Amino acid sequence: MKFIKNIFDSVRPNFEKGGKLEKYWPVLDGFETLMFVPGHATSKGSHIRDGIDLKRTMVTVILALLPCLLFGMYNTGYQHFVAVGQEATFMEMFLYGALKVLPIVIVSYGVGLGIEFLFCIKNGHSIQEGFLVSGMLIPLIMPVEVPLWMVAVATAFAVVFGKEVFGGTGMNILNPALTARAFLFFAYPTKMSGNSVWVSTDGIQTVDGFTGATALGNAVEQGMAGIPPYMDAIIGTIPGSIGETSVLACILGAILLIYSGIGSWRVMLSMLIGGYVMGMLFNAWGANSYMEIPAHHQLMLGGFFFGMVFMATDPVSASQTNTGKWIYGFFCGLLGIMIRVFNPAYPEGIMMAILFMNVMAPMIDHYVIQGNINKRLKRVKAVA
Amino acid sequence: MAKNIKISRGVDIKLVGKAEQKLDAIDSATIAIKPTDFHGLIPKLEVKQGDEVKAGSPLFYDKNNNNIKFVSPVSGEVAEVVRGAKRRILEVRVLADKETKFETYDVSGVASLDGRGMAELLQKSGQWSFIKQRPFDVVANPNNKPKSIFVSAFDSSPLAPDYNYILKEKGAELQAGIDALAKLTDGAVNVVTRGDKGVFGNLKNCTIHSIAGPHPVGNVGVQIHHIDTLNKGETIWSVNPQDLAAIGSFLKTGKVQSKRVVALTGAEVKSPQYFEVTLGASTEKLVLGKVNEGARIISGNVLTGDKLENSGYLGYYHHQVTAIREDHEPAFMGWLAPGLDNLSLSRTFFSWLMPNKKYNLGTAIHGEERAFVMTGEYEQVFPFDIYPVQLLKSILVNDIEQMENLGIYEVAPEDFALCEFGCTSKINSQEIVRNGLDLIQKELS
Repeated sequence: MKFIKNIFDSVRPNFEKGGKLEKYWPVLDGFETLMFVPGHATSKGSHIRDGIDLKRTMVTVILALLPCLLFGMYNTGYQHFVAVGQEATFMEMFLYGALKVLPIVIVSYGVGLGIEFLFCIKNGHSIQEGFLVSGMLIPLIMPVEVPLWMVAVATAFAVVFGKEVFGGTGMNILNPALTARAFLFFAYPTKMSGNSVWVSTDGIQTVDGFTGATALGNAVEQGMAGIPPYMDAIIGTIPGSIGETSVLACILGAILLIYSGIGSWRVMLSMLIGGYVMGMLFNAWGANSYMEIPAHHQLMLGGFFFGMVFMATDPVSASQTNTGKWIYGFFCGLLGIMIRVFNPAYPEGIMMAILFMNVMAPMIDHYVIQGNINKRLKRVKAVA
Repeated sequence: MAKNIKISRGVDIKLVGKAEQKLDAIDSATIAIKPTDFHGLIPKLEVKQGDEVKAGSPLFYDKNNNNIKFVSPVSGEVAEVVRGAKRRILEVRVLADKETKFETYDVSGVASLDGRGMAELLQKSGQWSFIKQRPFDVVANPNNKPKSIFVSAFDSSPLAPDYNYILKEKGAELQAGIDALAKLTDGAVNVVTRGDKGVFGNLKNCTIHSIAGPHPVGNVGVQIHHIDTLNKGETIWSVNPQDLAAIGSFLKTGKVQSKRVVALTGAEVKSPQYFEVTLGASTEKLVLGKVNEGARIISGNVLTGDKLENSGYLGYYHHQVTAIREDHEPAFMGWLAPGLDNLSLSRTFFSWLMPNKKYNLGTAIHGEERAFVMTGEYEQVFPFDIYPVQLLKSILVNDIEQMENLGIYEVAPEDFALCEFGCTSKINSQEIVRNGLDLIQKELS
């Protein structure tokens, strides 16, 4: 500890005003504050402060994402060995998946943090922590066969146009991770949908009957007959984006987020309700076989849970008022299922729904707050 | 009508160093009245260095309202007028006599005084300075007619003094104070109690409310919001109970009552207890030998108090001195450590395993200032029907209309203290609220 501190102390003069590397102060500051929470004492306002800071918040979210990441690694291997019809042990599957997934994670963090640093150096700001979570979310919503350069391009797009153009962490309108995915979805549709990207086969001949399609892809064509059994969908041993398949892993993350107070249970619950209501409506309608998938089964498929727990709850792009969160979450769920069923070209309706509601969130908040304002104005009138 | 209210949002911060119910007296050689304690006041001096004053003689008055006097709590010699930048008066120090000589005011006809007469008496005797007003959280403007007056009979802030203990024998003085306040308003005098009503339960000529819940339930702002909500254009006044007893005592004797009981609290105090001191007393003797070396001395509580330098003077409205650990140590990987000694409103530290633990918190910020990221955090500790973050943002962009719409008149900086404590982004919201109130006050005047 002391030793690390000494290193920082010895290089700091170079980065301070007048030093050779003055411009790169944010880089040093970023690393130093990552190693040591700075020993600043309060000088105004409350003399004592909560132990939490943005770094801790972000690290908690990353911890909540770990079950999804680890399961995603395992599932990547599992899907591979099932597809090529080979026997493999748990460790083999996990290692195979880890080797596939880790490069994506590294590229995402490397590119994203690199760009953040560049912006901070240019603006002379200290590094903000927002990307710590985005950098983990992006790999988890990619198909495993996505080329690394696409991850890099998408991450760059998300950081620059999803976040930095609005002013950086805390200022963005859209969820950066979903922006990355939406960018790829529209720019390189062949690599983001279809049957060939979800399972890594390494070019090995696949077994008979293997399609590689996701549950939602199958559902469009075959309805109930095409989707995996309920328990498989909950555990997550189905093809899909790396981290999204396991409902169980998402629930583990949700428990940590809700218990620690970081993720909004209001958004999660209302989104669940919204999705369920839409599913029930479709069940009642039953115009095609897709609509007949039971609502509770429908919700277990695709990225619904992952989106609900980790994407819709992003505090910056979600509604900020508590009432607004209920409305926002409800429509995320409702629209997500609606888009998914109505438009087979967008099997991942959740992404669209959340991005759309991100745009709507400020308006929801506006009306919620206007309600509060009107109440106050009415009281003044009543007095006058 | 007496109300029974329960609020749920807020938090009682449990700290080490609660004052034991034991009272000693300390005489200070010097006292100081600090014009800076009266926010927004432009003082005009009535004395100069070397003048002899009696207890109750004016030291300075309010430039905007010449009748509001600020008097010396002791008799003695004006030792020094401390000035800061632009010759702003920071402190008027008085060297106290051994025997206090009093300026006596005629209080024979107090019972028959009307509101105006009472206000004049209180203003010229310096007692008016104890009456504060909402909006703006400043000394009350006697030209306004308050719709009601509030006395919060308890303090819910961390390690706060217990007024039931301090005032247990002051029933008559409190009653005299209440009777005086009742003359100043056409509305009610609201006394708000929590739990044991103690000496306040017997008061007449006022409405006694009960309120329950965690801090900031003791803030008058919260009580006003739930009992008699303040609207634009209205004013409500408030008085601290100990100051109210002092006003009552003055009205009974004609002499200013400048003794206050303060709680010396905090983890750095060797044996926390109560002390009787003079208003504006030097904290030198209070601290000497009783507080560990190097501690931060705060006049007031840890959330809203003022940091005192080595030998500062007690704040005019403070009934508590807190000493906590100065903390400048960088924390290695602090964002990952289990953090058993860190109190957090979130459950990201394992300290939530010990809900009844009393903390020894230092002055560390535990992070750096960031943009607003988390939402719903302030609302947990902000028992108002107001959107706190949106209000702060409207202040940051100087949008006065929006501030009014969002209810800035109903709040004071102290109401945001817990938001500031719990903020992930380490935003100094008390300062922001004060800036907003200042801006509006400037625009209105």
